[in-house]
Amino acid sequence: MYRYDQYDQTLVDERVSQFRDQTERFLAGQLPDEEFRALRLRNGLYVQRFAPMLRISIPYGLLASRQLRMLAHIARTYDKDYGHFTTRQNIQYNWPELARVPDILADLASVQMHAIQTSGNCIRNITSDHLAGVAADEMLDPRPYCELTRQWATFHPEFNWLPRKFKIAFSAANGDRAAIRVHDIGVQIVCNAAGELGYTIYAGGGLGRTPIIGPMVREFLPEADLLSYFEAVLRVYNRLGRRDNIYKARIKILVKETGLARFRDLVEAEWEQIKDGELRLQAGDLDAMRSRFDRFEYDDAASLDTSFDRKLAQDTAFAAWAKRNLAVHRQPGYQIVFVSLKASGVAPGDMTAMQMDAVAELADRHSFGEIRVTHDQNLVLADVRQSEVYTLWQSLRDLGLATPNIGLLTDLICCPGLDFCSLANAGSISVAQDIFDLFDNLDDQHDIGPIKVKMSGCMNGCGHHSVGHIGILGVDKKGEEWYQVTLGGSAENDASLGDRTGPSFARDDIAPAIKKIIDVYLSLRNSEDESFLACYRRVGMAPFKARLYAVETA
Amino acid sequence: MSLLIRDGAVLSDDWLLLADGEAPPKTGKLIVSWDRWNAERTDLDLGALEVGLLLPNTLDVTAALGDLLGRPLLALSFPSFSDGRAYSQATLLRRRHHYAGELRATGQAVVRDQLQQMRTCGFDTFLLRNDQNPELCAKSFHDLTVAYQPNLLNISGLRPGKH
Repeated sequence: MYRYDQYDQTLVDERVSQFRDQTERFLAGQLPDEEFRALRLRNGLYVQRFAPMLRISIPYGLLASRQLRMLAHIARTYDKDYGHFTTRQNIQYNWPELARVPDILADLASVQMHAIQTSGNCIRNITSDHLAGVAADEMLDPRPYCELTRQWATFHPEFNWLPRKFKIAFSAANGDRAAIRVHDIGVQIVCNAAGELGYTIYAGGGLGRTPIIGPMVREFLPEADLLSYFEAVLRVYNRLGRRDNIYKARIKILVKETGLARFRDLVEAEWEQIKDGELRLQAGDLDAMRSRFDRFEYDDAASLDTSFDRKLAQDTAFAAWAKRNLAVHRQPGYQIVFVSLKASGVAPGDMTAMQMDAVAELADRHSFGEIRVTHDQNLVLADVRQSEVYTLWQSLRDLGLATPNIGLLTDLICCPGLDFCSLANAGSISVAQDIFDLFDNLDDQHDIGPIKVKMSGCMNGCGHHSVGHIGILGVDKKGEEWYQVTLGGSAENDASLGDRTGPSFARDDIAPAIKKIIDVYLSLRNSEDESFLACYRRVGMAPFKARLYAVETA
Repeated sequence: MSLLIRDGAVLSDDWLLLADGEAPPKTGKLIVSWDRWNAERTDLDLGALEVGLLLPNTLDVTAALGDLLGRPLLALSFPSFSDGRAYSQATLLRRRHHYAGELRATGQAVVRDQLQQMRTCGFDTFLLRNDQNPELCAKSFHDLTVAYQPNLLNISGLRPGKH
């Protein structure tokens, strides 16, 4: 965990007071609706279909156990006993009372948390790899860079009233688990041929109405220049981004309309002016930032354990879970454990207060008191001794958090949809349940293999449907809920946008359509090792289309 | 009636904002629009008048520096509550190009909820929107007593600073 000092704490505390004053003025009729809207959004507060929705920031998805306990407390005290983890590693509550939101923020501040810039046209939560610091394929830990960026972006005086929201993501591993190419700025931390650390910068990616895979704007940016380069990009965007049309206001449209080469020139020209100024990182800055994070003492003797392998051999249910829900830790003798928030009968990403408290306890017992949130809406306990994994699995199973489906079809991403969101055109949670019911049989799912199904209830794309291997988009047709399907999207290293299959499907037909797509894949793959995505890329849309839109003959 | 404040105190505004088309007086302190300045600068810039400029928030201030840096007053525009382009103009003028005259915030966003950010970006006077209470606005400069970017950077624990 990053530990606040008095400086960080003062800022968060003062923000609570400021927001309390804004809320009181609004309730007293002294602040116009439209202005309070812009101000409350900067603190993550929406007014939704039934009640306000409060989004709380979880910087780069990292939570301490005491913070997760506080999230449980908030769910119990101010909401309906649960919270919803989002695709940007944050958590949302759907039922807080407007007048009590300042109290929620004060509770959060007591555990070094806040809702600053979780919505509104400003720089949003900095996201990163949920396996940062423990992944075997990682070059270095990206989180100190994320925290530097978080601080630079927090209440940045110049960039708090941008044309539109602005999202930044970091990856420092070979495999992109942070979907950096669909962010306004995506940062890949790299090492150049001379052995120097730096960044490859992508800009102008994004989902929503005009999904775009972000192009590379700079192949190598030296390590010291991170913040000055961000500042240059943001200044160009703040000055030149469109403000006449909300759907054309993201930086991706500026990059597209300006042209990549010209956009790059504008950024470079601005950066040239500031790169040697006060934003340039100095020797020791990053070490100082690294020192603000907890370091864990791993036990080299952990790898001597033999019980883990024995349990795998003895207990097939444990082995099935371990096959899907564990990942390789870079420290021998330790395992990365995924806590699945995708169970039948539960909206993807939802978690009850009781489960939060219990997972906080398990984190204290087994994983240095730390929890991560993934952008696939699951949790991770990242540092578990392999000798303790079996016990942990039993506890998670009792909590309903051990569905062995990580990376499989029912591990789908889904927004809150029409059930909660005032933007949505169609429901998504009930469709997720239909898909769950159709594919609940785990043997079938294992047979299908790794696949990412992503669903959004409207084209704003909170469920990242455009980059799902199978994407589902809810649309409104004359007051009815219909669903468009795309195939072949990806948010990973081979990022791509999915292709539309054709006309949309009615509510009752969407889950069966997914079943048909899977059937076509199973019949066409050239071996069990060919994933859905690889198969689709090889065979193309035609066979899927033929099956989906075949005229039924009697 | 809009009030002008500096450092939290109400000032009497001795600048006359001249509407386009309105005839200028012979002497005194005038604010004219950027367009009018470009059309009539030889008539306006006669020495007996002090001329300040009201800039549109779409102006590339860096490209216009020759006209701007010597002016005693530049008024930047916030045409709506959420249009923040003038924040970048102010930052460039004050922080990069060391503009030394009065930098005045005008328009719909000049309210207590944005004043502190404006001051950090280099504005020194604020023509408050007419529904604003000047005492409460003065207090708002102290809403946040710390910042990660007082003069565009402080990293907590590394190089901390204060507003």
